[in-house]
Amino acid sequence: MGSIITLSIVQSALELGFIYALVALALFVSFSLLNIADLSTDGCFTLGCAVCATVTLSGHPVLGLFAAMAAGICSGFVTAFLQTKMGIQSILAGIIVNTGLYTINIAVMGFASNINLFSCDTLFSWAKESIGGSWYKLIVAAAVVLLAGVLLAVFLNTRLGLSIRATGDNPDMVRASSINTGAMITIGLCLANALTALSGGLLAQYQKSCDINLGTGMVTIALASLIIGESILGKGSMLKRVAGVILGSCLYRFIVAVALRLNVPAECLKLVSALIVAFAIALPYLKNQAAFVKQRRRAKAENHVYMEEIAARAENPAGMEEAAAKAGNPAGMGKNSAKAGKGGEQ
Amino acid sequence: MLIMKDISKTFNPGTVNEKCALKNLNLELKDGDFATIIGSNGAGKSTLFNAITGAFYVDKGLIVLDGEDITYRREHLRSKVIGHLFQDPLKGTAPHMTIEENMALAYLRAKTSNHAYFSRINAADKKKFREQLSLLGMGLEDRMKQPVGLLSGGQRQALTLLMATMVTPKILLLDEHTAALDPATADKVLALTKQIVAERNITCLMVTHNMKQALELGNRTFMMDSGNIILDVEGEERSHMTVDDLLEQFAKNAGKNLDNDRILFSKAEGTSDGNQDCR
Repeated sequence: MGSIITLSIVQSALELGFIYALVALALFVSFSLLNIADLSTDGCFTLGCAVCATVTLSGHPVLGLFAAMAAGICSGFVTAFLQTKMGIQSILAGIIVNTGLYTINIAVMGFASNINLFSCDTLFSWAKESIGGSWYKLIVAAAVVLLAGVLLAVFLNTRLGLSIRATGDNPDMVRASSINTGAMITIGLCLANALTALSGGLLAQYQKSCDINLGTGMVTIALASLIIGESILGKGSMLKRVAGVILGSCLYRFIVAVALRLNVPAECLKLVSALIVAFAIALPYLKNQAAFVKQRRRAKAENHVYMEEIAARAENPAGMEEAAAKAGNPAGMGKNSAKAGKGGEQ
Repeated sequence: MLIMKDISKTFNPGTVNEKCALKNLNLELKDGDFATIIGSNGAGKSTLFNAITGAFYVDKGLIVLDGEDITYRREHLRSKVIGHLFQDPLKGTAPHMTIEENMALAYLRAKTSNHAYFSRINAADKKKFREQLSLLGMGLEDRMKQPVGLLSGGQRQALTLLMATMVTPKILLLDEHTAALDPATADKVLALTKQIVAERNITCLMVTHNMKQALELGNRTFMMDSGNIILDVEGEERSHMTVDDLLEQFAKNAGKNLDNDRILFSKAEGTSDGNQDCR
């Protein structure tokens, strides 16, 4: 294993893990809390990337991140508007916005399919000058994501945050308790898409480039991170769940890094990702199934004796009772114990 | 104080499914009134509640709550001052949020101003929640960090009642809120309801299918039929009333016999209890 996992692999997996964790946090809000599958995530990620790249190119890397978030908020607002005011189903609304965003993203990039930022300042180049060493990228990414994570956890316990969570959890209750469900969905989706776009913006500065196809498959990857995180840390306080999502994202990047290290060709990477995602999502179900199969096998083995008794009884109805009485009667015992069980319940 | 004047509501107008659910209904509740409502299936009891909460706008009429015209006020704006409990105990709480979070939500929505979006609960609030939970006598005060989905129906309904009355509502609507619970739990939740309503002098409307209960609880009883209130008794007259009197009155006023199986069953139960009034 030592040759497979090197320090630099761990480092870059953590860097990417932190950056992509923001998308997983976005899905945590929209998918886990609001119970909405927001399929505009792919396009919104690219939007954040494109907006941030464009603003950074003109010399304002910090402003670029905020601009990306603002763009994400607009995108989320449109998705929410289509759902709450136009009566479009949430999945369709996401797909529609995602499609429209393609054109907008190209337009933001000045009708080019990619931009590079090699010649200009980014958060990471500033950090390289001031912090130095080889860990500066990780420090910047971790700082941004941890700040966002803590703020998110705090927000989710405010009145507005609680209302958003209740909207996804029990709409009946929310309607009866002076909360405007449409407004909650809108705010939740704006927040989620702001996080997605921030992630895109951070990635643009990290890899010093932006490509129109960058966001493809982002929603599945983020979902995998989310589910890995939730199955590791489980449910609990908001802070714990947010931490789980970030951890899940890092772990996912780690798995991908190991896969690459095992000489999986780069062109197969999407397929490998899809397999990891499918496996991660199926894991809780498979675990349950395995437990059930085990239980069933054990029960079959235990009940085997009684089944034979019953079969014998069917073949020889008259002689059965005598035979059972002689043999110490496993079937009769079964009957008695069933009775005793009932009596105990009463 | 609640005033409903000439309220009418027709569902699916102009179609074969047209249903006149409320017909020129008039109702006036004084502050502190605790009124029980009984009526046959489809009499409009739940529709009446939904008209008050604003689940739909009425076709005609005026609804005034505490001196304010709320006829066309949107649902989420009214419900700040209205407590509403449903028959289904799952409807009033969010299952994946903890007891504490559910209570925090109920507390913050009613206590803070509409624009205090980022208000949070503090340690003193938590202590208060704990005290209120311990009054239920269900041991919930030690389970505040557990998701509500783990509670039983009765516990959830008791919690919902606590949440609805955490900040005293101007009116409390109870829509057969004990009907889905087992008898012992139902009694407990009902006793709790009586206690809270009496302590805080909450104006309250309660739908029930139990006629004995309808006469015992509160200070007023309404009977509904075909979208209208056909009987309104209170005071001296009500205190002498028996379930049979009630049924007789119904037949007289509605021009037909009561057709609600559950009500009639509950009458039979009352008789078998050996209750004098019911014979």
